[in-house]
Amino acid sequence: MTQSFPGRSRRLDDAFLSAGSSSFTEFVTAYRPELLPAGRRLPSGASIEAPHGTTIVALLFDGGVIMAGDRRATMGNVIANRDMEKVFAADDYSVVGIAGTAGIAIELVRLYQVELEHYEKIEGAIMSLEGKANRLASMIRGNLALAMQGLTVVPTYAGFDLESATGRIYSYDVTGGCYVEGGHHSTGSGSVFARGSLKKLWRPGLDEQQAVSVAIEALYDAADDDSATGGPDLGRQIWPTVAVVDHSGARFVAQDLLEQHVERVVAARRDNPGGAR
Amino acid sequence: MSMPFYVPPEQVMKDRADFARKGIARGRSVVVVGYDRGIAFVAENPSRALHKVSEIYDRIAFAAVGRYNEFESLRVAGIRYADLRGYSYDRTDVTARALANTYAQTLGAVFTQESKPFEIEIVVAEVGADSGADQIFRLTYDGSVADEQGFVAMGGASDVAEERLGTGWRPGMSLSEVLRLAVDVLATGENGERRPLDEAQLEVAVLDRDRPRRSFRRIVGPLLTRLLGEPGESAESAERREITDAPAGVLGADSTAAEPDPGAPGGAGSASDGAGPAGPPGSPGPAAPPA
Repeated sequence: MTQSFPGRSRRLDDAFLSAGSSSFTEFVTAYRPELLPAGRRLPSGASIEAPHGTTIVALLFDGGVIMAGDRRATMGNVIANRDMEKVFAADDYSVVGIAGTAGIAIELVRLYQVELEHYEKIEGAIMSLEGKANRLASMIRGNLALAMQGLTVVPTYAGFDLESATGRIYSYDVTGGCYVEGGHHSTGSGSVFARGSLKKLWRPGLDEQQAVSVAIEALYDAADDDSATGGPDLGRQIWPTVAVVDHSGARFVAQDLLEQHVERVVAARRDNPGGAR
Repeated sequence: MSMPFYVPPEQVMKDRADFARKGIARGRSVVVVGYDRGIAFVAENPSRALHKVSEIYDRIAFAAVGRYNEFESLRVAGIRYADLRGYSYDRTDVTARALANTYAQTLGAVFTQESKPFEIEIVVAEVGADSGADQIFRLTYDGSVADEQGFVAMGGASDVAEERLGTGWRPGMSLSEVLRLAVDVLATGENGERRPLDEAQLEVAVLDRDRPRRSFRRIVGPLLTRLLGEPGESAESAERREITDAPAGVLGADSTAAEPDPGAPGGAGSASDGAGPAGPPGSPGPAAPPA
């Protein structure tokens, strides 16, 4: 069966055919800027209340890196969502966790995932981990105008560097500053408490199972003292999201394993609210 | 001032078509052929860096013959088109049919309006849930589209190649069988003479039906050697594991890292703790419920 499509109505635009960058964001900025969060204008001085995601923790272990996030989103004093996912696979060897305005953050993550895959397909090679971390920084920077009106997004990025065969954690600030973290990091409203917990429980050379436990302990401590962070919900069977990145790629820890970890942590805290030490 | 001679439009089109055909026939061929678990792309291409076969989207791939700069710009445009569509709608809304239509419009417009037509031929293929749902579209320099069944050969001497594929191909062949058939077709000239064609001159990739999400995978190195080896030399299931279960991060990169860690069964790495597979990076609902 052969057919012809005459006419020019659906011809690819020159923007598609131009030789240019291998960045999806740059292409969309030139072609359809309204699709990007940074391409939108808000009335000045306005502010709205939107769901906020809360606590993310990331820590290195022997052979890779772990990132975990609680599942709660809050809007003021209301729980907006109990089972929101805040840790995402950015590509095959990295994960990104988000704290801040949930809607914008999820849109940024979606854009970031396409950005990395787009580069990989056009260039035929994987971007370096440092390059990926910097791309994320520039996207956060693009969101600065919204951040100044209260719609902030602060991610944490963690990946496995294939060249040096080690895990790495990158933290960000709201202006797009990107910092390499040693050992562990936490972001979001409960991060103060999670960081204290990580400081005491983390040590170099943890194995994967120990590191998952440490991450869950840290989130438990954050939920203990921060009302916006959700603790493990045994009644509804809602566990934190835990992602592991090592030489074989990024993967999420299975629900049944998480349940075992969480139950162990909760049981150990009976009559011992301070938890492991 | 001299008046230009009147040239009838039939003659203009014919000249352009002849020009494009000559350009395409000079190039080396590409064979696209369906097998039981996907679609295989085999190109004669001595370059390791300049690809004739490429991933476009999760289930869609692209193969081309002719002038590199022309099909490369269409390849990049296809990736931009697919990624933009997937980003503003959903990943499942990106289809080979829509992409083929867009390419056809573009090729047709260039053929009639530009001073020189594209000297290229393209295949856009999409792997479906079963071999009946596979789609292979062949697009020529003038924007015509053909919906092919099972196999396509493009480039120099493609008529002879198609004829040979037609006699050798049947539905449900294994990957190893179709690769040997494709190489045999590529190595045979117009007059039936054979020339040697080794792995260094081949670019081989598959769209593997069983891979989750991104199904495109380049096949290089020892795996290709084994697949092209004599039948029965190695277990099919081992190859299946290597293609389907290997980490996807090395797609597109001709790196030896594509080989799974021999210590880890099927390249699944240290999943010995039973942790679930990675969530699909493409969806915002990430922690895809572990299987």
